[in-house]
Amino acid sequence: MSALHKGLERAAPVSAEAFGPMGARRLLALGGIGLILVGMLFGDIFAVFVLHQNAARVGESLAAAAHAAVAGDSRAAGAGIQSVGGFLENRGTKVDTHVHMVAFGYLALMLAILQPWVAFGEGAKTKIAWIFLFGAWLLPVGVFLIHYVGLAYSPLKAIGWASIFADCGGALVLVATLAYLFGIAKRARAGEREPWSDSLLGDRSAAGRILLAGGLVLVLLGFLHGAYYAGFDLYKHEAADYSILSEMAAGAASKDVAAVDAALGKYGALGGEKAVNIATHAHAIEFGLLAMMLAFFQPYVSLRESWKKRWAWVLLIGSLALPVFVLLELNLGLLAGGIADVGGLLVIVALLAMWIGILRHTGEIDAGARVTGGAQA
Amino acid sequence: MSAARRLLILGGIALALLGMGYGMWYAIFAEHQELDGIGGALATSFGAAAQRNPAGADSAMQQYRELKYTYDRHVDVHGHWIGLAMLLILLGIAFDRMALGENLKLLLAAGLLVGSLLFPFGVLLQTFSHGPGPRGLAVGGSALVIVSLAGMTAGFARAQRGN
Repeated sequence: MSALHKGLERAAPVSAEAFGPMGARRLLALGGIGLILVGMLFGDIFAVFVLHQNAARVGESLAAAAHAAVAGDSRAAGAGIQSVGGFLENRGTKVDTHVHMVAFGYLALMLAILQPWVAFGEGAKTKIAWIFLFGAWLLPVGVFLIHYVGLAYSPLKAIGWASIFADCGGALVLVATLAYLFGIAKRARAGEREPWSDSLLGDRSAAGRILLAGGLVLVLLGFLHGAYYAGFDLYKHEAADYSILSEMAAGAASKDVAAVDAALGKYGALGGEKAVNIATHAHAIEFGLLAMMLAFFQPYVSLRESWKKRWAWVLLIGSLALPVFVLLELNLGLLAGGIADVGGLLVIVALLAMWIGILRHTGEIDAGARVTGGAQA
Repeated sequence: MSAARRLLILGGIALALLGMGYGMWYAIFAEHQELDGIGGALATSFGAAAQRNPAGADSAMQQYRELKYTYDRHVDVHGHWIGLAMLLILLGIAFDRMALGENLKLLLAAGLLVGSLLFPFGVLLQTFSHGPGPRGLAVGGSALVIVSLAGMTAGFARAQRGN
């Protein structure tokens, strides 16, 4: 028997019904991983080329504002603060683009897993999947453009066209998710059990178990770090944010340049400390969730078992390295930052490998369907 | 679908919808206004400092503090509700891989759902009151999430050992 036929036999029985061409599950799975990949790549590019440069500009603008206040130039002080606002908006919209793209990717993967529980016909499920994916792209693209489009030609005072399109994207995602919830509730109300024997839920392969266990541990570590940060540092940092800025303003009012410069230095260090703690917490949990989700998709990854295990470990090692070394950036500086970026890259490469594996699987199913159709004809 | 699984999956999607709906409300009606307020308060404070008016600078800085406090919590609530919702759905899907009794599973699922709802809700209430009540609710909710999650991790570990 040829390798192709073996592949077809392996693929067809487990997936033909659930993972059909242009079906809802296939759209959501491939679209979801695509969203996560683009979101992560965007995040990596942002971290390497924009984040630190942007933070430096925020610091420079704040320093300019404070020194203008020392010199008694209130107009220049205001302009400096406005400039800080501009840089923060630029940074904020980039972060939001990254976060929403990845989060919508996760949601798409979960909805893909849940498809057998949705009590609609395949046609309706597919239409909802398209609506979801359209909204899931529209929101982050809109958010990304907010900084560049601004309020140009906007009918509203505070919200520009890019924001309006982003909100429409969010509304589409909301409507699609609501529709799937309705479908699941309908099946649950009818008291039906799982509608078909789903290969994704029945899988107990080694790669799947590694990803599920590793992902859960990452989520738990992320929660524990978040709880520690909230308990011991968050309120201290909030108080310091206010007190340092107050010192800066008071120093400027009394023309004390040394006090202003000292406060500026402290403010920069505080910003760094807050950022690394939040990034550690968020990334540990997000990567944990990603690993858990990918555990379910292992039956669709058409690679050898040994390679599936390798990619699972690569994903987990990268997922642990990024948050740990982001946290160590405070002590080790750029070296830790570089290792964290490599961690992020490992996650992206492993995810890409799994995505290619799933694409290969879809090819096997489609080829199987063509062979079966040809034989029947 | 078992009761625990149903609770986690339906509860998780409902929580995701709540988080998204809240996020939309926030993006349209609160975020831009809060950011403008934060920038305005800082500019006023530094402007007052330039005019050698420390009392004015301090008063504007107080305003900045309040707005920043509220803004941070609004963003946290949105992020945590959605993140926890995804965790609920995922654990619901994986629930049959856990080696625990049905009653304990239901208890852990209920604990995780209630904790996931209350923890961000407590954070949201902090924007109305800085007292110990909302903070206690947030701490209690997050403790419930962590304890339930630890119990589920133990359940998964038991199943792995069984395999």
